[in-house]
Amino acid sequence: MSSVQRKAAFAGQEMIAFRVGEQEFCVDILAVREIRGWTPTTAIPHAPHYVLGVINLRGTVLPVVDLSARLGFPASVPTPRHVIVVVIAEGQTIGLLVDAVSDILSISTDMMKSAPEIAQDQTKTFITGVVAVDSRMIARIAPERMLPERLRAVS
Amino acid sequence: MSALDEIRIVFFQECEEQLQELETGLTAMAGGETDADTVNAVFRAVHSIKGGAGAFALKQLVGFAHVFETTLDEVRQGRLDPGPEVMDVMLRSADVLNDLVAAGRDGGEVEAERTAPLLAELERLAGKGPGGHGGEDEDETPFNFDDLDFTPVAFDLGDLGDLDGGGDGPKFRVSFRPRPELYAKANEATVLLRELGTLGPVSTTCNADALPLLDALDPEGAYLAWTIEISGDVTEAQIREIFEFAEWDCDLTIEALGLADLSEIAVPDAGADTGISVADLLARIQGELTGAPAPEAAPEAAPAPAPEAKPAAEAAEKPAAGGEKKEEAAPVIRVELPRVDKLIDLVGELVTTQAILSQRLEESGAATTGSDLMNSVEELQRLTRDLQDSVMAVRAQPVKSVFQRMPRIVREVASATGKKVGFQTRGENTEVDKTVVERLAEPLTHMIRNAIDHGLESPEKRLAAGKPEEGTVTLSAAHRSGRIVIEIADDGAGINRSKVREIAVNKGLIPADAVLTDEETDQLIMLPGFSTATTVSNISGRGVGMDVVKQSIEALGGRLVITSRPGFGSTFTMNLPLTLAVLDGMVVRVEEDTLVVPLASIVVTFRPQPEDLQMIGAGQAVKVRGSTLPLIDVGLKLGYRTAPADPLTGVAILVEGDNNRRVALLVDDIRGQRQVVIKSLEKNYRPVPGIAAATISGEGRVALIIDVDAMMSDQSFDQFILGNEPIAAE
Repeated sequence: MSSVQRKAAFAGQEMIAFRVGEQEFCVDILAVREIRGWTPTTAIPHAPHYVLGVINLRGTVLPVVDLSARLGFPASVPTPRHVIVVVIAEGQTIGLLVDAVSDILSISTDMMKSAPEIAQDQTKTFITGVVAVDSRMIARIAPERMLPERLRAVS
Repeated sequence: MSALDEIRIVFFQECEEQLQELETGLTAMAGGETDADTVNAVFRAVHSIKGGAGAFALKQLVGFAHVFETTLDEVRQGRLDPGPEVMDVMLRSADVLNDLVAAGRDGGEVEAERTAPLLAELERLAGKGPGGHGGEDEDETPFNFDDLDFTPVAFDLGDLGDLDGGGDGPKFRVSFRPRPELYAKANEATVLLRELGTLGPVSTTCNADALPLLDALDPEGAYLAWTIEISGDVTEAQIREIFEFAEWDCDLTIEALGLADLSEIAVPDAGADTGISVADLLARIQGELTGAPAPEAAPEAAPAPAPEAKPAAEAAEKPAAGGEKKEEAAPVIRVELPRVDKLIDLVGELVTTQAILSQRLEESGAATTGSDLMNSVEELQRLTRDLQDSVMAVRAQPVKSVFQRMPRIVREVASATGKKVGFQTRGENTEVDKTVVERLAEPLTHMIRNAIDHGLESPEKRLAAGKPEEGTVTLSAAHRSGRIVIEIADDGAGINRSKVREIAVNKGLIPADAVLTDEETDQLIMLPGFSTATTVSNISGRGVGMDVVKQSIEALGGRLVITSRPGFGSTFTMNLPLTLAVLDGMVVRVEEDTLVVPLASIVVTFRPQPEDLQMIGAGQAVKVRGSTLPLIDVGLKLGYRTAPADPLTGVAILVEGDNNRRVALLVDDIRGQRQVVIKSLEKNYRPVPGIAAATISGEGRVALIIDVDAMMSDQSFDQFILGNEPIAAE
């Protein structure tokens, strides 16, 4: 495992890292409720292209977001090998479709850098920081930004 | 949570019930039902609130309830006639009591200017009873709440001889020996003793003879007994009432002390206990001796029945003792709502799992019709359905609880607007899911305010229009085809359509040349930003318009429709689901997706025939049952396909929505009927136009439930696609 800090008494956080295409991203482990395999979704009418639909997660209606498409990469073609990371963000439970979970990282606060300036504004909306682990750069995503905006009350 | 906190919570829950009881009773009394049962129920409601509030040292509440109760007692004793003026004070007092309970619960206070005038009026009423007890009533003495602390006061009877023998002596001697059960049921001897102190001057002696040595002491035992001598204008019934909840768990004797005893027993020094100075007491006694007749002691001077004989005797005496009618006698338990909801969730899961199991068995071919396996599956299905119905019934509540809050709103608005309003409710025992009941309060309040403020005319205008001076607002509830329909009707002026139209145009809500039917014009008042009040009044002009009311009703899966007849009034009709948890639906297929159409909206299903089809403009129409209706391709409307389907290969479902509007929905296939558990799509996602909610299908997948009324709207849903902007990769 790459993370050497794992055993140290540290004041940082644990993150779950996952692969989307060639890139690696992570979310705070405290936001992750479970990780499960891909199951076919039920399409939602008039949903943005990155919302794959909803699945039944033990009685809860769970929207699934194609993280690749959401971040502006090519849309995923889901296979049984794909993984849904179920996260809780701002009271909503949502599923993020990723290629695979790659690591569990223990990081200290000083390892977390703010997103690089070169990133475009829109990307910055989803990326709240970058962790450098060994030679890898892992972007931390903000799960609460993954769903489309709620419809405002017509006013 | 500490035990005291829990008791506190229960107390306030009970207060809610008592306040409802109070409102019901007072309304009945105002309507002329002044029989003993009703009056007693009202009295007891206030009394119970006062008793509980004392335990939590809610001084303001106790004080008000005490005065209220005193006045009610005058009515109960037949000394005060519950005429309209009296009932008006009573009703307004009930409102204040409501506020005081709320303030007590939330840790606030009610401003004195709200309570003081009513206190004065109540006291005036209590004093003016034709029986003319006036000065000698215990209540004449201001009740000193600071003495309500839990400090037992021991009286040394030996000192009594020091006082000059006054005229009035103790009237009753109460021997009270609690048994351990009394404490086990969370009664408190202190509270009871203190309560006795509110009736009149008391002298209390504690008898500790039964107290064992420490090693023999049972910590949960009861060893102390008290003898209380009580004087003043007290009746035995009043004393009994205090011990009402405790008398089964204690030895209680109440001895009337005859007038003969007066010479033997000196006036007890009650000053330290009730805050009455000895001088005052003497002055009162003087007054009584010189002028007033002897207190009603004489007829009651007979010795009290032995405690053993008492329960039966009392039951006979006070038929309404419980304040409850016989039919309400079914035993009740209090259950925390989350527990019921958990149960409902689990049963919902069970229903889903059962459906999946049935489907899998059928698919596997193991269960053939008539086989033992199939019979068992059907039996399971029936049981599951029964179980679900029973569990849902636990949550069903009569709308009464929310209807009862409305008379108060009516009174407030009526007095603020200077209008005369008669308020009627009908069908208040109609049951609906608790969540629906709770969430009804706000829209109802608002609509009733509107009905009085905007709907009803001023008394002068009404008279000029040849109507009775008093306007009528009717609130009614009824079950209709699996839903609950709640109507608020007024007999006011109706909606002024030309004015509504003018405002809508001025505010840019509709184009100036829009052609609208009368009904369509009426619905304009529900548009956001619309307000017809020429002056923004305190009552309805609070920035919350009918649009918010409409939204909150739609959030419950309901519809709001306005009908109006100029000169005759308006009716606001809410049509709501009975429960937010289950729905009978028709399962249909559109392309590869399974959708559910609420059965309640479906009139008939049919296969369109070529001769019934025609094009109207760009849209398709179908002739059914003699009328030509739009044929809406669900797949196209919801974006499941981009080209219209051939109507001849599909199935049409004739649905009826609000305003009895009908259309035919075209789907690919019908798969059957099923009760489905409603799941929110909004909770983890967002509202989806055209979709009312989600459910779990027989295959264990999510299926969407169609919003029939949204499907009828001519609006394209495309404008709702938000957040569709692609994000450029880095």
